Amino acid sequence: MKGILEISYLIGSITFIVGLKMMGNAKTARKGNLIGAFGMTVAILGTIFLYEKEGQTSREFFKIALIFGAIAIGTAIGWITAKKVEMTKMPELVSMFNGMGGACAALIGLTEFPHVAHQIQETGTGYSSMAFIIAGLVIGTISFSGSIIAYLKLAGKMNKPIRLPQYNILNNALLLVVIVFSAYVVLQSTSLPPAIVWALFVVAIVYGILFTIPIGGADMPVVISLLNSFTGLAAAFGGFLYDNKPMLTGGILVGSAGTLLTLAMCKAMNRPLSNVIFGAFGGGSGAAGADAGEKGTVKDVQVSDLAVQLNYASKVVIVPGYGLAVAQAQHVIHELEKILEERGVEVKYAIHPVAGRMPGHMNVLLAESNVEYDKLVEMEDINPQFAQTDVVLVVGANDVVNPAAKVDPSSPIYGMPILEVENAKNIVINKRSMNAGYAGIDNLLFYNPKTSMFFGDAKKALTELVAEIKQL
Amino acid sequence: MEILNFFVENREMIYFIVLSIFVGIEVIGGVPTVLHTPLMSGANAIHGVVIVGAIIVMLDTEPNNILGLILGFLAVILGTLNVVGGFVVTDRMLEMFKKK
Repeated sequence: MKGILEISYLIGSITFIVGLKMMGNAKTARKGNLIGAFGMTVAILGTIFLYEKEGQTSREFFKIALIFGAIAIGTAIGWITAKKVEMTKMPELVSMFNGMGGACAALIGLTEFPHVAHQIQETGTGYSSMAFIIAGLVIGTISFSGSIIAYLKLAGKMNKPIRLPQYNILNNALLLVVIVFSAYVVLQSTSLPPAIVWALFVVAIVYGILFTIPIGGADMPVVISLLNSFTGLAAAFGGFLYDNKPMLTGGILVGSAGTLLTLAMCKAMNRPLSNVIFGAFGGGSGAAGADAGEKGTVKDVQVSDLAVQLNYASKVVIVPGYGLAVAQAQHVIHELEKILEERGVEVKYAIHPVAGRMPGHMNVLLAESNVEYDKLVEMEDINPQFAQTDVVLVVGANDVVNPAAKVDPSSPIYGMPILEVENAKNIVINKRSMNAGYAGIDNLLFYNPKTSMFFGDAKKALTELVAEIKQL
Repeated sequence: MEILNFFVENREMIYFIVLSIFVGIEVIGGVPTVLHTPLMSGANAIHGVVIVGAIIVMLDTEPNNILGLILGFLAVILGTLNVVGGFVVTDRMLEMFKKK
């Protein structure tokens, strides 16, 4: 029987690797995900029916029933939530599910702590198991509370970054407390009351919260990705504890892949990870806003004029941003693209790597409204094309087209690669108002003589625009 | 010397970890930005494998250890949420990338 369990674990480990690899290619991605899900099912069923720990595993009917009951509850809630969520809300849902995984790892630690403490007392061995338990518990807990905060921020329930005085020093001091406390619990587990592990749990929850709340909403994708790799690490520690290979492979795989993904995202924003976490962001915004008065005037464009301009253009590039997602305008924009293509206009979408709230977020959104994959052009490929573009239509994007990133060293986004839309012949920006973007900084592009502002809610304004073009 | 002994005793495990880390890096390398979100979501589902640990907790817990069973029960629910929610949401994202 042990042999069959090992085979099921081998299947699990291999499918995780193959599945993740296949998800790196648009053609095979969906199949890769299903392969991973299949391997997961095999590993779970194998564990339920075949796991054996030297004679200590009792498989009472009610326990098996409890396990299946829990799986049924989790499946029902998870399935329904995942099926019902709107596309714009996916990032926060991923964050929430990540938090659940972290909490799961934490609960494992809380349950196993008394057992291993007992074992150490009786036999004097098991310190490494204890270290794995505490590491998994602490990292899982931080991931849990951090993910919940990230969820709240992305869901718009916690808009402003909350910064306690000296929060960097405070957070680092608390991190030190968490580490020392953890080490103390590992070494002294036999002489401490069992409730001590709950105290550690609480301290880790507090750290997870304080770690995440100072970070601005725009950086949440990076944070989620980082917390994602934390949960992977927590799962890997569970794998050490039980010498369980799928937990190890899955956990380490996600831990290292997640870290790399986090760094890739930081690179796209041209900011080191430490900058995201310890946040120099927002510090420069006061200075950037101070000279707003002398930038010149903003001109706006009427829908009828814009319709004509687009209709007679030969090449139009659309720059979508989170504003497009919020306004649920992805279907209208596709309609606009189709009607322009019918009129012989070449239409492309310029996708900044960090447009939206997660890398690739725009692609998912536009794909939802059936925009063809080939029309989405990444930043490096589209930038040289702007010079031959007649009209750039920026919809709900701001910071990713802000030239301050190139020319103003005092700007908080200085150095971030941007879409060089100012090279196009005409720039039209759809925005609800003149408010600053997510980073809270003014955009010089609005004052460019080539720029016209097309004010209004993206969905409403674009619908009017499409109607106008149809009449031409 | 303790540390050196640890390396000798856990040699295979250490190799396993190092190689797994490289596999993780290799698997992600060269992924186009457009797939970052689904990939993150898929990786999120995969670390749901922590549920296997939760099931082991349940199986190892004495039938009269009520607190242990309750915690294990909760852990299995949370782990399932992570796994099922993660895979389903990823599938929904990827469904949109299908070629027409």
